[in-house]
Amino acid sequence: MLLGRTANGLYWMNRYIERAENMARLVDAGQRLALTRNENAAEEWSSLVVSAGVEPAFKARHDEYTAATVSDFLLRDMSNPSSVLAAMETARTNARMVRTALTRETWESINEAWMSLKRMLASPIDERELPQLLDAIKRETALIRGAFYGTMLRNEIFEFSQIGTFVERADNTARILDVKYYVLLPSTSWVGSSLDNFQWESILRSVAAHRSYRWVYDAQYKPANIADFLILNGRMPRSLNYCLRSLTASLDRLADEYGRRQPCNDTADGLYALLKVGSVRDVFEQGLHEFLGEFLSRNNRLGNEIASDYRFY
Amino acid sequence: MAAFDEMKPDGTGVRGPYAAYNDWLAAQDTKRLAFKMDDAERVFRRTGITFAVYGEENASERLIPFDIVPRIISGKEWRRLTQGIEQRVQALNAFLDDIYHRQEILRAGRIPKELIAANDAFLPEMIGVRPPAGVYTHIIGTDIVRTGEDEFFVLEDNARTPSGVSYMIENRETMMQLFPELFRQVKVRPVENYPQLLRQSLAAVRPDSGSDTPRIGVLTPGSFNSAYFEHAFLADQMGVELVEGQDLRVIDGRVAMRTTEGYKPIDVIYRRVDDAFLDPLTFRPDSALGVPGIMDVYRAGRITIANAPGTGIADDKAIYSYMPEIVEFYTGRKAILGNIPTWRCSEPDSLKYVLEHLAELVVKEVHGSGGYGMLVGPAASKKECEAFADKLRARPANYIAQPTLSLSTCPILTASGLAPRHVDLRPFVLVSDRIQIVPGGLTRVALKEGSLVVNSSQGGGTKDTWVLDD
Repeated sequence: MLLGRTANGLYWMNRYIERAENMARLVDAGQRLALTRNENAAEEWSSLVVSAGVEPAFKARHDEYTAATVSDFLLRDMSNPSSVLAAMETARTNARMVRTALTRETWESINEAWMSLKRMLASPIDERELPQLLDAIKRETALIRGAFYGTMLRNEIFEFSQIGTFVERADNTARILDVKYYVLLPSTSWVGSSLDNFQWESILRSVAAHRSYRWVYDAQYKPANIADFLILNGRMPRSLNYCLRSLTASLDRLADEYGRRQPCNDTADGLYALLKVGSVRDVFEQGLHEFLGEFLSRNNRLGNEIASDYRFY
Repeated sequence: MAAFDEMKPDGTGVRGPYAAYNDWLAAQDTKRLAFKMDDAERVFRRTGITFAVYGEENASERLIPFDIVPRIISGKEWRRLTQGIEQRVQALNAFLDDIYHRQEILRAGRIPKELIAANDAFLPEMIGVRPPAGVYTHIIGTDIVRTGEDEFFVLEDNARTPSGVSYMIENRETMMQLFPELFRQVKVRPVENYPQLLRQSLAAVRPDSGSDTPRIGVLTPGSFNSAYFEHAFLADQMGVELVEGQDLRVIDGRVAMRTTEGYKPIDVIYRRVDDAFLDPLTFRPDSALGVPGIMDVYRAGRITIANAPGTGIADDKAIYSYMPEIVEFYTGRKAILGNIPTWRCSEPDSLKYVLEHLAELVVKEVHGSGGYGMLVGPAASKKECEAFADKLRARPANYIAQPTLSLSTCPILTASGLAPRHVDLRPFVLVSDRIQIVPGGLTRVALKEGSLVVNSSQGGGTKDTWVLDD
């Protein structure tokens, strides 16, 4: 038996941990792109802010898109609820609220991550320290995940946590793709110019897929393969397919445990079906941007439905 | 007057209970001990054992300083203490039952009627209500001070929602992590079964309507409350739900909690929410921390609330001064544990005495707690005394005064080695169909040299408390 409020806390705790990690990857991809393409750096940083889904808030705060303003806003600005620092704070507040549902190791890893990131992000970021800082953020979230997977019972508490993680991750991957969908369109160029190559690598890097891509496809980046990898590939842990497979599995296990299916089970199945199309060509035919737009709104709806079906409020 | 030091009363010889510890200590390197102190702080921070201090910004979570020198009590001393505490706790429950029913103690003229009638801590809503299993105050923290080899006094009976038990357990846990070898050398009675005892105790006082495996919840005001860590800790250790008012609702005459599978009834609530906030329909209408209608369910005997509403009348500081009479009235015997002499400022003669001797006395608010709003005469400036005297004259019934006791001391580890500091003791008592006291408690220590104020909100720290298995 689980309190609805606790399920809600677990869901958001995991969404925010996932978000903190994604922000670090996004900034990492952005800084590499900016390093290699000095003339268009502002453009790259601005697309990063759009990918992070925080453009209006950024504009209200800064006039220019630079390494300093963007990394400050995405990593340590407390006025940006999605910044790493704010996300970790929210994750930790939720963890504290659901403390009784967590193992001691899980709670301590979150508490320690929060303490150490708070210390590291206390003062403005020195650009030279940025790579180490991003590594540290990824390491802290990895430690949390390790403690979580290593010690938590596989019960409803686990499933609600998983659901939070994968709703957030699917949202993040889809958003990154959508912001850059035009560089992936077949019409641009099938043989990548060096400019496109950087763009593509950047997309892959922002979802930690630049190495694994090569294990699955040939060494050369091809937009259709990249889209296939991040949307349809069931083995890539940040692909939409993988996220939805995990989500439906968790929701199915909840339905089993409670002996009752909820409307959100059907919604999730429907969304998953969208990703079981034959090939990425079908996606392109429908229109990549349109496809991603629909995915994002249905994923968002799914999150709300889960909250109401399981009485989060 | 020099205070009684529990380790070395005359400055040289070591008292029996501390002998084995002292042998161990003599073999330790002071530097290593200092490192251990830092270790302890890291453990507490990582674990998140924090508390909030009201009225301080940016300090929303602080650690209670922990000292690594244990406070040690012999088995014999402990037996005497527990006898005294048991007697007192029995009397408190009998008093509560009486005061909300026949009020015989008032009829017998042992306590003035107006002390009850005009007291905010007395809840008229509880008149005639008999809680499940007849227990009013289930969890009690009796504050005890010591002034000499055989002199123990009760300073306060915390019969509402005493806190600090999580520190008793975590302090022991930390000590065992830091000094495992020490626990092989000295036989200390365990305290870590407290949560199990608490759970059994709460299950034993379930309402008649409850099942044999009653559903239990700890009701917390929420994660911003100063004692939230403890609420979560206890729920976690007991394996029960940690609920907030927003999770609960009265459905079909029972209190139910909102779960992912719908509303499920709950049988026992260990509430860490004050009376006034329990039920907005009965008490404070603006309370968002409670459960609308819970008092109706309670009066119908379909939920246990621990501690019962209205128990505050038993630990009220004005009632405190009558505790010797109360103990004798209900147990037929003299109180084993003494009270501290107390002047009730509501009585003109006492008020006069208190005003004349303000610089020697400790003056407390009748309803205050946590060391807020009190005056420690010997430590206060003349100006502070005068300002306090005005408050006293304005509302004399709001205050009691006690002599400044020379609390016993126990050494703490400071930068320049061991140094004595004043301590008190809060053992925790569980009441159900029996009375149980876990051998140990929370020792609070005033970290400032000479200070007598041990409250954590006023710069006090804690120590592990050992009851020897001898």
